[in-house]
Amino acid sequence: MATAVEVHHTALTLRDHLPILQILIPFCTAPLIVFLGYRSLAWPMAFISSLLSLIIATMLLIQVSDGSYISYHLGGWAPPVGIEYRVDAANAFVLFLISATATVVLPFALSSVAHEIPCKNHALFYACFMLCVTGLMGVVITGDAFNVFVFLEISSLSTYVLVSQGSYRDKRALTAAYDYLIMGTIGATFFVIGIGLLYMTTGTLNMADMADRLVGQGGNRTVQAAFAFIVVGMGLKVAIYPLHLWLPSAYTYAPSAVTTFLAATATKAAIYVVLRFMFTVFQPDFVFDTHILVWIIGPLALLAMFAASLIAIFQTDFKRMLAYSSIAQIGYMMLGIAMFSVTGLTATMVHLFNHGITKAVLFMAVGALVLRAGSTFYDRIEGMGRAMPLTGAAIVIGGLSLIGVPGTAGFISKWMLVQAAFEGGYWWLALIIVASSLLAVLYVWRVVEVLYLHTPHPDATHTEAPLLMIVPMWIAALACLYFGLDTRFILDAASTAADGLMAGSAGMSEISSAAAAAADH
Amino acid sequence: MTLEFFLGHVNYWLFIVLMMTGFYIVVSRGNYVKKIVGLNIFQVAVFMLYISIGKVTGGTAPIFPTNSQGKIKIDPEIVYSNPLPHVLILTAIVVGIATTSLGLALIIRIREEYDTIEEDDILEIEAAMAQAENDEHGSAMGGRA
Amino acid sequence: MEHHLILRVVTKLLVGTIILFAFYVQFHGDFSPGGGFQAGVIMAVAFILYGLVFGLDAVQQVFPPWIVHKLVALGVLVYAGTGIWNMVLGYEFLHYGSLNPHHMSHGQHTGIIWVEAGVGITVTGVMIAIFYAFAGRAPRLGDDDW
Repeated sequence: MATAVEVHHTALTLRDHLPILQILIPFCTAPLIVFLGYRSLAWPMAFISSLLSLIIATMLLIQVSDGSYISYHLGGWAPPVGIEYRVDAANAFVLFLISATATVVLPFALSSVAHEIPCKNHALFYACFMLCVTGLMGVVITGDAFNVFVFLEISSLSTYVLVSQGSYRDKRALTAAYDYLIMGTIGATFFVIGIGLLYMTTGTLNMADMADRLVGQGGNRTVQAAFAFIVVGMGLKVAIYPLHLWLPSAYTYAPSAVTTFLAATATKAAIYVVLRFMFTVFQPDFVFDTHILVWIIGPLALLAMFAASLIAIFQTDFKRMLAYSSIAQIGYMMLGIAMFSVTGLTATMVHLFNHGITKAVLFMAVGALVLRAGSTFYDRIEGMGRAMPLTGAAIVIGGLSLIGVPGTAGFISKWMLVQAAFEGGYWWLALIIVASSLLAVLYVWRVVEVLYLHTPHPDATHTEAPLLMIVPMWIAALACLYFGLDTRFILDAASTAADGLMAGSAGMSEISSAAAAAADH
Repeated sequence: MTLEFFLGHVNYWLFIVLMMTGFYIVVSRGNYVKKIVGLNIFQVAVFMLYISIGKVTGGTAPIFPTNSQGKIKIDPEIVYSNPLPHVLILTAIVVGIATTSLGLALIIRIREEYDTIEEDDILEIEAAMAQAENDEHGSAMGGRA
Repeated sequence: MEHHLILRVVTKLLVGTIILFAFYVQFHGDFSPGGGFQAGVIMAVAFILYGLVFGLDAVQQVFPPWIVHKLVALGVLVYAGTGIWNMVLGYEFLHYGSLNPHHMSHGQHTGIIWVEAGVGITVTGVMIAIFYAFAGRAPRLGDDDW
């Protein structure tokens, strides 16, 4: 283009930039922390940037709550050629969860990290934490299939580093991080093979465009292979039951703040990717025709609910018990997907959120116990409920929510799941859900018993955890109660998201017609 | 399956062989460094898959030639290979480097802490640690863990 | 330091050339094969070679680890800063055309040079940082152990 072309351009406002700012703010914070290199600045910067992303995520969630979506074109290149960030009800919801968790966990992390990680690593720790936040939010927000892989690896690589930071307390954190690295990389590579096969078939990387071109390709074996690779690859990241082996050790030996953040967000972002690919890229009809939901995802979900819960009952370490309980809870989410209905998907989305805040409460309580008791083995935390009343009460609230007692957030998701089961005509499934909740009663009761009914360790002089730990813990605990009583916000957001997912892809045609409409104005 | 079909897809056959070789090494080897090597082969196989997708028969490197004045000269006769998979793989290579170096760094720390990088030995040490923990803390569970 | 005279002389000759070649690849990256990734690795090779021959202490005098760590972050900031500057100009993130709105293609050139500079700086930093991290853990070889 040698001649100068006069281009009329309306300057974009800050509001138009929200999708990219969502990623950019935490992304820039990480190198800034390293560049400035002041240990005392690291935490405030990380906190401010996660607070800003929470505000942005809330604004995005409000903007898309009517079922519309926002498309942001990176570098001004219109999709499907350019990379597109596409925010709709489903991912705005997950973005909100991730940024809210980051904002709540960071104040908690301040004293927890100071206790568990040597001082010289602090600045790099927070930089890594921000990279992890960036990666997770990037996975969720992007509309480009390969971009998902790139962000996935950003979040995974920083997660491995964060997990390995637990090695100052227990050297097994190193092998846990190594195992996670091997399995996570295999998962990501499977995923990227799947993307490659899809690119072979469709010649595009934009998810919506891909969806358009995959219509009627259900019998194509390349597409079927791609689907298998993507589901197994992401299944490793989600920790779907037989692919969960990295999870217990990684959660147990990682620093408490890291475990809290990962348990509340990492697997959730991966579940979102599974949903996005199943329902937006491959379309519900294709997924239905493969029978994967009925024959693979559903049974594995049921297996997870029982096997992992049973293992959780027989743990002697509170933190490890929670890790196994996470695998069981992932089973519930996968069960919601397997039911293949709007109600089922709503249950999945609701449980994704509710389990996130529930596990955040419990793992933060674990961090407080580690700070005061040194470890979370049941014999070390005997009677701690009386020595640390606020922490103990938070554990009780979190535990009740984990079981699904009415009045807590966990009840809403279980209720939705049972409702979806009845709607689908699987009344026996409802019984199974209730039965597996009884297993949760057992493992939660063990903890409550240890905390309140046992006499404290004779030489233990325990005091309540510092305020900086109690406040975030109780924010999450009160959220557990609040979302259990006032369900409007969560059910509206989740059902809009589920409606959007079940409807399949909005496709590219809508973009071009929207662009044409914009040109008319 | 004709010979032509086989030869025409030779890249893809090699991709499968490489991928499964790498995967097998990851699963079967007990040495942590060898596992990383296997992981690398596994990833390189994917690079090969992508590069194969980008190949256009008779295509040349996708760089527009310039004439003597430095102006780009576009000749519709010339067939270019698809550059996009190469770009994607450049990213994937960077990810691979990051994974490898992080894996090796972890191995160094594991070696410092455990004095070995053989999985069997490490599992033995960890089993002993778990046993010791169980002996110490298992009373809460009636001696089981 | 009496051993390996040829190695040391050749290294001294090569280091400058390698750095020059790195800059060539860096600045030709916007319109011919090359760019930040390749240039960054080549640049790092110069220092790694120096470090291999003259020892870790010598190369860390030239390039102290704290500078390397700052460079890693600086490059990313340059990259993101370019994008943010485009946003300040009222265009999308990384819309290089905004750098020269009347001549979009010139803007593209300017933008890609900045972005490649950022990539180059980071890749150089990362590669040298990896070398330092691993070399620093190995037992040092004395001059007589060769």
